[in-house]
Amino acid sequence: MGDVQIKESAEQYDVLIVGSGAGGGMAGYVLANAGIKVLMLEAGPFFDPVKQSQQLKWPYESPRRGAGTTRAFGDFDAAYGGWQIEGEPYTTKDKTEFQWFRSRMLGGKTNHWGRISLRMGPLDFQPTDGLSDPWPITYEELKPFYDKVDRMIGVYGTNEGLENDPDGIFLAPPKPRLNEIFIKNGAAKAGVKVIAGRGSVLTEELPGNKDRGACFYCGQCGRSCKVYGDFSASSCLVIPAIKTGNLKVITNAMVRQVLTDKEGKATGVSYVDKTDGQEYQLKAKVVVLGASACESARILLNSATAQHTGGLANASGVVGKYLHDSTGASLGGFLPQLMDRKRYNEDGVGSVHIYSPWWLDNKKLDFPRGYHIEYGGGMHMPSYGFGGGIAKMNGAVPGRDGQTKPGGGFGASLKDDYRRFYGTQVGMAGRGTALARKENFCEIDPNVVDKFGIPVLRFNYTWSNEEIKQAKHMIDTFQEIMHQMGAVITSTIQGPETNYGLEAPGRIIHEVGTVRMGNDPKTSALNKWCQAHDCKNLFVVDAAPFVQQGDKNATWTILALSMRTAEYILDQRKKQNI
Amino acid sequence: MNRRQSIKALSVTALSAGLLLDACKTDTSKNTSEVDHTNLEYAAGLQDFEKERLEKLYAQPNFFNEHERNTLVILGDLIIPADAVSGSASDAKVIDFIEFIVKDIPDHQVPLRGGLKWLDMQCFSLYGKSFSGCSKDQQVEMLELIAYPGKTKPEFHQGEEFFNRVRNLVATGFYTSKVGIKDLGYVGNTPNKWKGVPAEVLQQYNLKDE
Repeated sequence: MGDVQIKESAEQYDVLIVGSGAGGGMAGYVLANAGIKVLMLEAGPFFDPVKQSQQLKWPYESPRRGAGTTRAFGDFDAAYGGWQIEGEPYTTKDKTEFQWFRSRMLGGKTNHWGRISLRMGPLDFQPTDGLSDPWPITYEELKPFYDKVDRMIGVYGTNEGLENDPDGIFLAPPKPRLNEIFIKNGAAKAGVKVIAGRGSVLTEELPGNKDRGACFYCGQCGRSCKVYGDFSASSCLVIPAIKTGNLKVITNAMVRQVLTDKEGKATGVSYVDKTDGQEYQLKAKVVVLGASACESARILLNSATAQHTGGLANASGVVGKYLHDSTGASLGGFLPQLMDRKRYNEDGVGSVHIYSPWWLDNKKLDFPRGYHIEYGGGMHMPSYGFGGGIAKMNGAVPGRDGQTKPGGGFGASLKDDYRRFYGTQVGMAGRGTALARKENFCEIDPNVVDKFGIPVLRFNYTWSNEEIKQAKHMIDTFQEIMHQMGAVITSTIQGPETNYGLEAPGRIIHEVGTVRMGNDPKTSALNKWCQAHDCKNLFVVDAAPFVQQGDKNATWTILALSMRTAEYILDQRKKQNI
Repeated sequence: MNRRQSIKALSVTALSAGLLLDACKTDTSKNTSEVDHTNLEYAAGLQDFEKERLEKLYAQPNFFNEHERNTLVILGDLIIPADAVSGSASDAKVIDFIEFIVKDIPDHQVPLRGGLKWLDMQCFSLYGKSFSGCSKDQQVEMLELIAYPGKTKPEFHQGEEFFNRVRNLVATGFYTSKVGIKDLGYVGNTPNKWKGVPAEVLQQYNLKDE
């Protein structure tokens, strides 16, 4: 290798955005549509679902039949990346655990996400139990932006008038599948309210939008959609923003750090081109980070200078701290009453048809906050792993002759059983609030760099009793619902030795909180506009600014916050403050 | 009915149908169904490292020798035989899937190779022959000892583990094939309009659709 050469661009962009997911994509969309010249850097390749989605492919078109060998969620899933990326390690401290999912591609994790689109509620922003800091904004302040996101992107659901699960501007929700009607009835008997799901899938054509088609019900949102019938930042934000002529994207651009001048102001970024290893420096008047909660924290911590000794935007020392993912636990089983069921196409949408928002009063419980429940089941397209649960099913109920035989087996009767049990399975999963704690954090590992020479993140994360008790409550509740709908549970019931099946931190891929907002520069990195307290032309628009997540998946709030921040950038530019 | 007609026939909105047809046009894949080393159209949308990995796997010699392969074919057809509805595991070329997947997921290799050997040695001590050399009755008798998790005698537990793995791989290989998908009666993966559970099905279970 020869001497290092850094190519510097003479051009100064109005705004430079790092990352093309929900946060970066929304900021780019708003700014480009306002006529601002925007440059966006993406660490992965270009991705357009029209061309690259694996939608409508059959399992036999994959030699591994959809197994997750190269993609965490299976061969047809849209995400490029995963829990581990070659040459891009991360580490953990003191034998704690954190799993970091990275999707390196245009649109990031929004290409494969579950499209579950929930607003956070008033109590999530301003909690009354004193266990986490309030946000510097209220639900009422963010509500207009949630409304605009609903109209612009489209989300189905029903207005329910629930206190902490705000209504929205909804398209018609998909009707429940057969299994889901059984779940709904069983849950009602168990005292758990079930309502229509809320998902960003176009169950109807989106008024005024001719670039996106309505859903055609293949149930494959996770593969990304060729007609843009669901929300991906690639299809709905970045590609339309490029079409304005004001946004340019550089792909395979791995950002090393934010550059600053003597006054401590951001002047641009440096990045390495992953395709040829060439180093670049770009100039911009405003830098916006939307690289994902942990990656944005990493960039800031790696941008330390004489003016910003502990990292950029980190005079408070909070960058990397307060990392939190949603809690998660799940249970599966089957409905014997659905054996030998009639066949028809029930693929539906690829997001949830039904769900349960948090329904209980914490005063009567031994843990704070709560969780929502996502449900599924039915006659899905077979894929790798199909039939894996048969030995726990065909020995649990009487056969055609009325006799109960041992589970498993082989031959004609087994083959008959695969048919009989097809479509009877049901599953449920809780997604709950983990508390934002200073003690759970990511930091720069002092000893390790990735293949680009960029210091990597080291995680330190442990669950506390609050989260473990919540998982126990989930598992107890799921068993009761299964019982009430007459299902046979096939999952192993997890006990205290496995934290009641509580997933490892990071597994739910709802990590937030690492560059948090706040009114006090001593205890927060960003102000209420997601603008760095100590660097006025630097903004963060992904999930890093979250003070405390609710039991709501993060994406809809990322979109609303990013839109609000982008409008603030426009306003501040007009006032010549940045 | 070709894809264009099928999309038209279903009540997909005009806008969706148009966009989907455009998407199908730009898709470089031919209308093929099975994939082998001469046919990597499936790779449209794959990342470079995924394509390279696939080429590398296809270039490898077979993992299973002829005896192991024959034994797996016999096991496959004992697990999923032909019946009035559909063909057998070998009709669906399940062995080709298993041969590929052990290269793709090497964790399968030792348990399968060792398990096949275990099976042969058991058959040799019981019947004086390898599994594939046994009569069908003997083969069935052998499988009865290892096919029911929870009921297996302690001395056959390794066999139970092996057979669970084979059963599951055969089930995946069969039910993800065209033959198996038809057998199951899965009728999705095609543009349509979801209108809720059909009325006669609601009636069958005495349910209401809200």
